[in-house]
Amino acid sequence: MSTNFSSHLLTRHRARKWFRRISIYLILSVVALIVIIPLLWMFSTSFKLKSQLFTKEIYWIPKVITLENYTKILDNPATPIGRWFLNSLFVASVTTVLKLIIDSLAGYAYARMEFPGRKQIFGLLIATLFLPGVMFLVPNFITVAKLGMLNKFSGVIIPALASVFGVYFMRQFFESLPKELEEAAAMDGATRLQIFFQIAIPLAKPALATLAVMEFLASWNDFLWALLVLKDRAVQTLQPGLRTLQGAYTSEYGLMMAGAVIVALPVLVLYIFLQRYIVQSVARTGLKG
Amino acid sequence: MSVSRLNLRKISPVPYLFILPHLIFFAVFIGYPFFNGLYISFFQYDYLRPEATTFVGLQNYTDLFRAGSVKFVEFWNSVRVTLTFVIYSVPFLVVIPLCLAVLLNSKLRGMNFFRTIYFAPWVLSCAVISLIWWWIFQSQGGLLNYYLKLLGLDTPRWLSTMPYAMISIVVATVWWTMGSNMVIFLAALQDIPAELHEAAQIDGANAWQTFTRVTIPLLRPVMVFIIITTIIASFNLLGQPMMMTRGAPAQPTGGGATEPVMLRIFTEGFVRPFQGSAAAMSVIVAIMMMTFSAVNFRIFRQRD
Repeated sequence: MSTNFSSHLLTRHRARKWFRRISIYLILSVVALIVIIPLLWMFSTSFKLKSQLFTKEIYWIPKVITLENYTKILDNPATPIGRWFLNSLFVASVTTVLKLIIDSLAGYAYARMEFPGRKQIFGLLIATLFLPGVMFLVPNFITVAKLGMLNKFSGVIIPALASVFGVYFMRQFFESLPKELEEAAAMDGATRLQIFFQIAIPLAKPALATLAVMEFLASWNDFLWALLVLKDRAVQTLQPGLRTLQGAYTSEYGLMMAGAVIVALPVLVLYIFLQRYIVQSVARTGLKG
Repeated sequence: MSVSRLNLRKISPVPYLFILPHLIFFAVFIGYPFFNGLYISFFQYDYLRPEATTFVGLQNYTDLFRAGSVKFVEFWNSVRVTLTFVIYSVPFLVVIPLCLAVLLNSKLRGMNFFRTIYFAPWVLSCAVISLIWWWIFQSQGGLLNYYLKLLGLDTPRWLSTMPYAMISIVVATVWWTMGSNMVIFLAALQDIPAELHEAAQIDGANAWQTFTRVTIPLLRPVMVFIIITTIIASFNLLGQPMMMTRGAPAQPTGGGATEPVMLRIFTEGFVRPFQGSAAAMSVIVAIMMMTFSAVNFRIFRQRD
């Protein structure tokens, strides 16, 4: 009697557990679908003929799969998206490399070196992290214009190097490293430059990789500043380019979605391979704050 | 004493050489504009005609506070639009990520897979997501109205009538950015020791009680961080209305019903040639944002 009772309880417990599991998966799948649908719609539209866009019934898989949208925007001199792609790639790569060098140098000094004014200068840098970006928009635009950097890549690359985030990020990382290796090298007579390049930098590879991914993403996705500074079609990057594309055609949604795919695909691929770095660095900013 | 010590030991230039490259850029593009932005706001300024620059004192500011003037109406309309967007979007950007994080924190199989999907839109640019949602919300050929019609529901003109235009922007934004708040919540949840939940369950608490009495209080610091950063991020709304609604529909009194303050500053300073006025607007918005952050910081620090 009692065993019967307990086995009954056990099955009820199991049933409840299964019910809980299935409902969690159900909710998660529905949300996943909602997240994915706009992306699928972008891909699907980009392969559709214009005549297929406004049909009575929607086909997720186009009746005729065409690459026309892609070839058309790649050919049109009014929207040179291939050129824009190279521009974006150049700007994002150069910005990232320069930032890694400058920020790891500065971050290392703030973490490891003693010098008069260190605390004050670093405190000043950190204080500016709390300033709203909107304050810098007009005056920096005027500076860039005065320095003759409008419509030049330098106009987007150089102001980006002022950002404090990377310095802070690298300083936090270097502070978390044990000092012993560097101290041993100093005892052996290594100079500070040697210590930095031969010991600290190799140890910092994971942090540098994370910073590189985040900075590349930020630069690739930058919209407003690129929109302001790079006005000529020949020097535009992809993000303001998409706005140009939107204005250049009317109701050619296939073309625009092809443009969106060209801009989105590289970062989605990057994300698939490096998602651990990206997700972790975003998650960590929250824990620190 | 410290002075004499400095004199005795030679100061090495090496550390300064390490920080100098960054410090130069910092000085030119963060230090200098901090003051220059204020300075410009006292001028009538057009970068294309620097010779026409004239000192106008506080006029750029008084224009923004003179009730009835066009600039006054347009500017404060855009402030109201921004605040409306904050009120519409922030609750969703806190509650939905929290719920998803709690679900993902159940130690079931495949949670990494779902996390990867939910976070994915965050890596896209605002131009891409705006373009995608602009197409989805179209009246002609748009995906949303197609399915609404199929279900026999109303098919509003999403991008050009209120409140639908604002709702469109909120939906696009929530879809785009919920992933970042979600992974922050998830990391915080994973930091909560399992013993605390077990202890609560042994004491007879059900799942809901455990959540509200144990999990939520422990999440409070992260919650505060997320609410503040999300509100500040929402203040910076620009690309979505620029590409999805162009600020439309127009308000009868002036300004657009989905024209937030960043779009107003953009129009004033970079479409129209009024950079002095745009600088003054930026100063006011920056003061509002900093006051807001300081107040929040105070309130929450006092309570903790």
